[in-house]
Amino acid sequence: MKMLNPTAGWTLLLVLALAFPFLAGNDYHLTVMSTAYIYAIATVGLNLITGYTGQFNLAHSGFMAVGAYTVGILTVDHGFTFWAALPLAGLVAGLLGVFVGLVSLRLKTHFFSIFTLCVGYIMFLLIEKWESLTHGTVGIVGIPAPEPVAGLDFSEPRALYYLVLGFLVASLWVMHRIVRSLLGRTFMAIRNSDDLAQALGIDLMRNKLLAFVLSVFFAGLAGGLYAGSVRFLGPGIAGVEHTFDMTMYMLVGGIGTLLGPLLGAIGVPWLTQYLQFLQEYRFVVFGPLLVLLVIFLPHGIVGTWLNRRRRRVARGAPTVPATAPAPVQEVRHA
Amino acid sequence: MELFLQQVLNGLTLGGVYALVALGLTLVYGILHVPNFAHGAFYMAGAYSAFFLINRLGLNYWWGMAGAAVTVALISVLSERLVFHPLRKAPYLHHMIASIGILLFLEAGAQALWGADFHRMETPYTQLLTFGSLTLPAQRVLIIGAAFLLVVLLQLFLTKTITGATIVAMAQNREGAALVGIDATRVAMLTFAIAGALAGMAAVLYAPINLVYTSMGHLVITKAFVIIVLGGMGSVPGAIAGGLIIGFAEAFGAFYISTDYKDIIAFALLVLILSVRPQGLFARGAH
Repeated sequence: MKMLNPTAGWTLLLVLALAFPFLAGNDYHLTVMSTAYIYAIATVGLNLITGYTGQFNLAHSGFMAVGAYTVGILTVDHGFTFWAALPLAGLVAGLLGVFVGLVSLRLKTHFFSIFTLCVGYIMFLLIEKWESLTHGTVGIVGIPAPEPVAGLDFSEPRALYYLVLGFLVASLWVMHRIVRSLLGRTFMAIRNSDDLAQALGIDLMRNKLLAFVLSVFFAGLAGGLYAGSVRFLGPGIAGVEHTFDMTMYMLVGGIGTLLGPLLGAIGVPWLTQYLQFLQEYRFVVFGPLLVLLVIFLPHGIVGTWLNRRRRRVARGAPTVPATAPAPVQEVRHA
Repeated sequence: MELFLQQVLNGLTLGGVYALVALGLTLVYGILHVPNFAHGAFYMAGAYSAFFLINRLGLNYWWGMAGAAVTVALISVLSERLVFHPLRKAPYLHHMIASIGILLFLEAGAQALWGADFHRMETPYTQLLTFGSLTLPAQRVLIIGAAFLLVVLLQLFLTKTITGATIVAMAQNREGAALVGIDATRVAMLTFAIAGALAGMAAVLYAPINLVYTSMGHLVITKAFVIIVLGGMGSVPGAIAGGLIIGFAEAFGAFYISTDYKDIIAFALLVLILSVRPQGLFARGAH
């Protein structure tokens, strides 16, 4: 079979996504897909710090919740329009990311993970307990749908779907630009060996912080979109299990690749839809699946495919070095 | 004064339970060099197996605890054999993700078997004990006594027996332990079994004054992480001291600051300490 070239592959995906509302049987499918796209945006963000820079962040759903609550609180309690609140969702999450990152990124490997796990819990508990700000366990109800733009009514599932798709495409494009740039190479150098990166004169702290803030900015933005599309918020959105979900999406697709987390974030929820009979027991299947993936397919589906292709290319034309960075998570022990 | 003493006792109760969970976690950390996220699910599994033995099969509390210890030790050893052993050469990220996989599996499994409801575990120790002007529920006294007994027994095992010493050796320096001929596989399995049994027993001690539910391990395990970071990763005395520090911080925080925010106190403490001392309070240099 002839290999798809990347541009054709991405175009095909985009065409499929654009056609989806005409193929989907009902509004429910559209809503499932929109939510999957929103989580895909957050996952693509998480992939920057965890997949490309090698720092396993466990507070990601907390940052997503911060974005969501920013939109929820500003629109419901302070009369902001959705469009005014959305950029602030990314901004607030990003600013918080600066503070969290400044402290946590001095820590290496699993110390960073434990620290962010605690930060995630602090966020969750604050959302649950700080009732005067967040409405506590009651949650925020009546978040307005995004106000119409050019006659498109976003309370209608199809318009909302295209809106979220637009944000997803934009996010992917931005992420593509980041990882293909010198900055992206710098992040990957840090992932592969931060000692070596430092020896090469890379400012570790500054670059890790930048990756972290960009990453949580995506989470905040995704959270804002979530608030505008689901239009109801409870503390549960900050739960660490959502970070675990996103980690699973990343890993199934292929961590440290652009396509992998996207396919994982879209594919896994659909798999869940088709495995309806499992319902809340899906983790009885997904837990072992995650373990098997880590043991037998550590680079995920896309990562393994890319590696195999790269090897084939290398065999076919030994004089041409493989220029694309390996999507491999070559992290050493502490 | 009485209120103060009451908080001391609350602190000891929490500290004892946390120390038991953190001890297992810190021992396993010495083997894996990675925090085992599934440890919280081991704790939860202990509570559920005891709940099943006590409430459904009608065994008494102590048989329930013994059953929980054995069950969780088995689950723990199986995880080591099936998951962590094949991954021993993999990057740390993969260990952590695999442990999340085990966590998700066990929690979903418990939910599939027993539903998402909260359960109450029966305890025969419901009377109130009076010491001078202090009134104490018997279960709390039991927790303090049993937790400290277990900690002392473990400490004796680790320091006075050859088998215990091999565990400590491996926790301190895996490569060095292998060099002097310690059978890493056997020690790893033994460590996982002990860690599982401790988590299971801690859960059975604490569950009667709390509740049994599938996510009951989340907060406890996160606090155990805080404890072993405070106490120095892999350090046994550190885990005991750290457990008590967090137990007391929480008891006094709940009383003097706010019950609502008591769970935040442990995490805020960690964030604060790691901001000042990235290597933890009692870190021993490497790791």
